[in-house]
Order: sequence, then C-alpha cells, then structure tokens
Amino acid sequence: MNFQIGWRNIWRNPKRTLVILSAVIIGVWSMIFLSAFMRGITDQMVRNGISTLTGHVQVHHKGYRDDPGIENSMTEPGVLETVFNNTLPPDTLWTSRVRVSAVASNARHSSGVTLLGADPAKEGKISFIGGAVTLGRFLKPDDPHGIVVGQALVEKFETKLGRKLVLMSQDTGREIASRAFRIVGIFRAEMEATEKQFVFVSLPAAQEMLKLKKGISEVSMILNSHQEANEVAAVLRDALPANDYEVQTWQEAMPMVTAILKMYDGFVFLWFFVVFIAMGFGIVNTTLMAVYERIREFGLLKALGMKPWWIVRQVLTESFYLLVLGMIIGTGLGALSVLALSGTGIDLSSVAAGAEFAGMSRMIYPVVESKDVVTANLVVFILGIIVSLYPAIKAARFTPIEAMAHN
Amino acid sequence: MDIVECTDIKKTYHQGKVEIQALRGVNLSIARGGFMAIAGPSGSGKTTILNIIGGLDSMDAGHVVVDGNTLDEMNQSQLAQMRLNKIGFVFQAYNLIPVLSALENVEYIMLLQGVPTAQRRDLARSILNDVGLEGTYDRRPAELSGGQQQRVAVARAIVSNPSIVLADEPTANLDSKTGKGLLEMMKEMNEKKNVTFIFSTHDQMVMDYARRLVRLRDGLVVDDKVKEAQ
Repeated sequence: MNFQIGWRNIWRNPKRTLVILSAVIIGVWSMIFLSAFMRGITDQMVRNGISTLTGHVQVHHKGYRDDPGIENSMTEPGVLETVFNNTLPPDTLWTSRVRVSAVASNARHSSGVTLLGADPAKEGKISFIGGAVTLGRFLKPDDPHGIVVGQALVEKFETKLGRKLVLMSQDTGREIASRAFRIVGIFRAEMEATEKQFVFVSLPAAQEMLKLKKGISEVSMILNSHQEANEVAAVLRDALPANDYEVQTWQEAMPMVTAILKMYDGFVFLWFFVVFIAMGFGIVNTTLMAVYERIREFGLLKALGMKPWWIVRQVLTESFYLLVLGMIIGTGLGALSVLALSGTGIDLSSVAAGAEFAGMSRMIYPVVESKDVVTANLVVFILGIIVSLYPAIKAARFTPIEAMAHN
Repeated sequence: MDIVECTDIKKTYHQGKVEIQALRGVNLSIARGGFMAIAGPSGSGKTTILNIIGGLDSMDAGHVVVDGNTLDEMNQSQLAQMRLNKIGFVFQAYNLIPVLSALENVEYIMLLQGVPTAQRRDLARSILNDVGLEGTYDRRPAELSGGQQQRVAVARAIVSNPSIVLADEPTANLDSKTGKGLLEMMKEMNEKKNVTFIFSTHDQMVMDYARRLVRLRDGLVVDDKVKEAQ
C-alpha cells in the first residue's frame, strides 16, 4: 500500500512530475549516450592503432624501442618461430617485418617515410593494409621491386601507379642503401598521416636492400581480444631471453592512446557528475515543493501515529518512483540512440582535420558498455535517493501541530 | 476508573514577545466510555487541552495520564505509538488523504499498526457500513460530500478500537442536518463500542448531545455539568 500511495502521490501534480521526470530521463540518456560516444572514439582509436601496424603484442630486439635502427634487428627469426609455436594461443596471427626509417624520392620530391618490409600473405590478415589497397594490387611474396604507397604520398609526390620511387636507408654495414621500386598499389588509410608515413615492400626485397639476410625488425601479432595482450606478453617474456628481446603490449606500444583512454574515462565520470549536480538540484527542489504542499497531510499522519521514519520512507518512495521511471526511459532512449547510430556511425568528416589531430577517426560508432549503463543508473539512483533525504527529513521533522496549522 | 486525568495543566504560547496563557491550571478527570464536550469561546484553551490529551502538544506544567500512560514522561516516539494504538482523531477539516479512497483512508491506520491486509480490508468495510457509507468504498475524498468525508474520518478514528476519540469541532463545517446525523452515529459508536468521545466545540447541538459538558474560559474550567441519563 505504501508503494501504491507513493505512485499516486507523484501523479498529484502531473506537470511537475513530468518536468522532473524529463530531467532524469535527459540526464540518464545523456550519460549513456555521451559515454557510448566516448567509448566509440576510444574504441576506434585503439582499433586504428592496433591495425596500423601495432598489433596486440610486438616483439623486438632489445633496445629497438629506444633506437629503432637497423642495428637493433633480430637476426635469428627461427628462434622466435619455435617459441611462438610452443607458447601462443592457437588462433594467434603473427607476422615478421622489417621496419626502418627511409627517405623516399622521385624526380620532384623527397620525404621521410617508414619502410615496411612485409610478408604480404600474413600482413594482409593482421594490419589495415589487407583491405586498404584501393588502386593496383598489394605485394606478391617475393616481389623484388614492387612498392605500395599511400594516396596522400602519391598526391604529395605528384606521382601515380606504375611510376618509380627510390628508397634510401642505412644498411647493416652502416652504408647508404638505395633501391628503385615501382608503384604497384596505392592504399587509403583512416588517417592521412598514415598514408604519408608508410611504404610497403616485400620482406625479401627489404632484407636484400638492407643486407639483413634473414633479419627482421619486429614481430607483430593479433590475438583473439585486446584483453589477452598482457597475459600473452607475460608468457613471451618468460619464454624469450630477456637480454635479446623485448615484448610490448599495445598499451605500451601506444602510450598516448593508453593515456587518452584513461583521460576519456575521467571525462565520462566528470560528465556524470555535472549531469547529476544539475539533476540533483531539480530533484531536491521538486521534492521540497511537493513536501511543502502536503505539509498538513504529514502533520495529520504524525497525529495519527506515523513515526518520522515512516514519513521519510514515504517521501523516498516517491523519489524512488521518479528515479526508476526516469532511469528506465532514459536507458531505453540511450540504447535506442546508440543502436540507431551504431550502424551508420557519426560522421566527423566536416571536422576531419581537427579529429585527426586529436587522434580520432572520421567516423565514430558509439559503443555501449554495460558498466557505463550500470554506473550511470547507479549514480542517478544512489545520489538521487541521497539528495531526496533532505526534503524527506524536513517533512518528518514538522510537529503535527505546526504542520496542521500550515495553510 | 478514569481514562483521562489532567492535573493542574498549564500552557503558555509565545507569539513574538507576547505571551498567551492558553491553560492556567486545568484539572479534569474523564471516565471511560464518556461522551463529553469541552466548550468555550475562541482562545479559551479547548483545542489546547485536546491536543495535550492527544499527545500532540506538550504542557509547561502539570500532569496528564491517558489510559494508564503518563504523557509527561513519554518521548515523541512513545507518544506516536500511543496515538496510533489508543487515540482516534477527528478534525474540523476532515483531513483525509486525498489520493486514497474512503476504504483505503480507513485501512491506512491499520496498515501503520501492521494489521494483515485481508483483516484490515474486512474491518474497514465493516466500519464504513456501520457509519452508513456502504457503497462508497472506492470513492476518493473529493468525490464525497462534507458529511460523508467526516463519517470516513470518524470511521478511521474508531476502526482500530481506540480508548478515546478526540474530535476537534467535528461539526463546524457541516450543515445542521448532516451534523446531527454525524453526532447520532458517534453516539451509537460510543454506546456500541464503549469508546470515549471528547469533543471541543462551539456548536450548541454538540453540547446538547454530550452527556457531560465542561466549559472553559481564559484557560480555566469554569463549569462542569454531567447531565442525567436521557
């Protein structure tokens, strides 16, 4: 019966109830939608980072991280292959690369690039390049002179498919090594910077050019999920000689992305807090108005023998209804909004340059995480009940005589 | 045995710097099963004495015992418990809960007492029938006439078998015919259930119905008459 009374009480003044209900709904909706938007941004950043030649786990020669030069190459990839076969989870994909800084030039321009010597069959399954070639073709396994470059680099160099491009770098003998390649494919990437930075040649071509023999710069692997990275990295650290190899997870390989993830988590909670403050004032104000309107009634209830705690409970029951109703509708609207945009995404093309500067993709696909939905609802519910305590206690503290004398 | 014993009750209200002596040493004993009225002009202290007996207001001096409970020794929680179990209230302005039906208003007091649902529903229906409100169970206060609302208030006051019903000007908002019907009904309840009724009133009809009439003036009992059995 207490719940029945609470429900009827909130509809005594439908306009007021709808106003506060709207505040709760908008609050919950915005908490869920904004957190899904933020998660979409960070999720896309992580995906981009991982697929842009980072992978979930990387293995390098000791010291490569501080000095990614040719002298820090791994000269015995066979050792690694044996360890991987014995330790990695069955579905893990991995590939070896040569990765060095180089200068690309043609008759008109020259520019610093990162030379990627890739195993085409494996690389295509692991990094973005597998589906990124929009013009021409990707490399063949032993392509001696084929090169795949980004669209932005092609435009910068005013070149095209079939034209030559010369790469220059330092070989293992610390001599300048150079080789002419022919553009066989052009790729598009999520970010323009990626298109300008990376050029792909076949692994044997890179090894031959740099006199690396069978040497490689890195191994990159893709696991079943982001979460397995730490566990797999720990296993590899145990299995590989610590003096010769270093193993990095994607979080360690992309410290900026990791920092942004943490910062976005902070933003989400800050937003929750700001929304709640605005909503909390609304709840207190409305509940106080409702309490003052019914002050005679509370006096009557106390006169009849109702204890103060029961009055607190009654006022809190009304807040409970408002909060729960607002939470259900707000969560439903939040889920619908995210669902509607998760297929089409939110297009940031109009601010693409700014978005890229902030490390964001052009398309954001909102991602709802159950923990954000639970947190948003818990924040609203727990803090909502706490702020409702003030008017509830106020209602309980009137004496029957003063309450019933109130007009 | 007396159900209410008031000994030398004093009460002063402060309105700003002005002191108003509402009660200046009232002595009053009320027998169980009584049907009495406290009358007097406005400001004579009749509502104050009713509030003190009901544990709604405190006294500055004196001693009140209600059905064996010494009120001046009880805290707020004990007073609330006593009101819940031993005292029924009927107010001039009916004071029903607007969102509850007639039946639910009567039930509510039993809900507070922890009476099981089926039992309290049966009791509420039965008492509403007793006060002549069969068929109005589901009507909300706004859908009832003044007289019907006051009958619901009386039903609510007596449903839990209180020792005393305190009625503060119960007929003040009713026309004389409705007021008479209400008094007849309360008298019947008094006789049938042996509930003590104490009224504060200006209304001559209430005074006529009461078997004992106490008159107050300026916070003192100036007259106390017990009528012969009618």
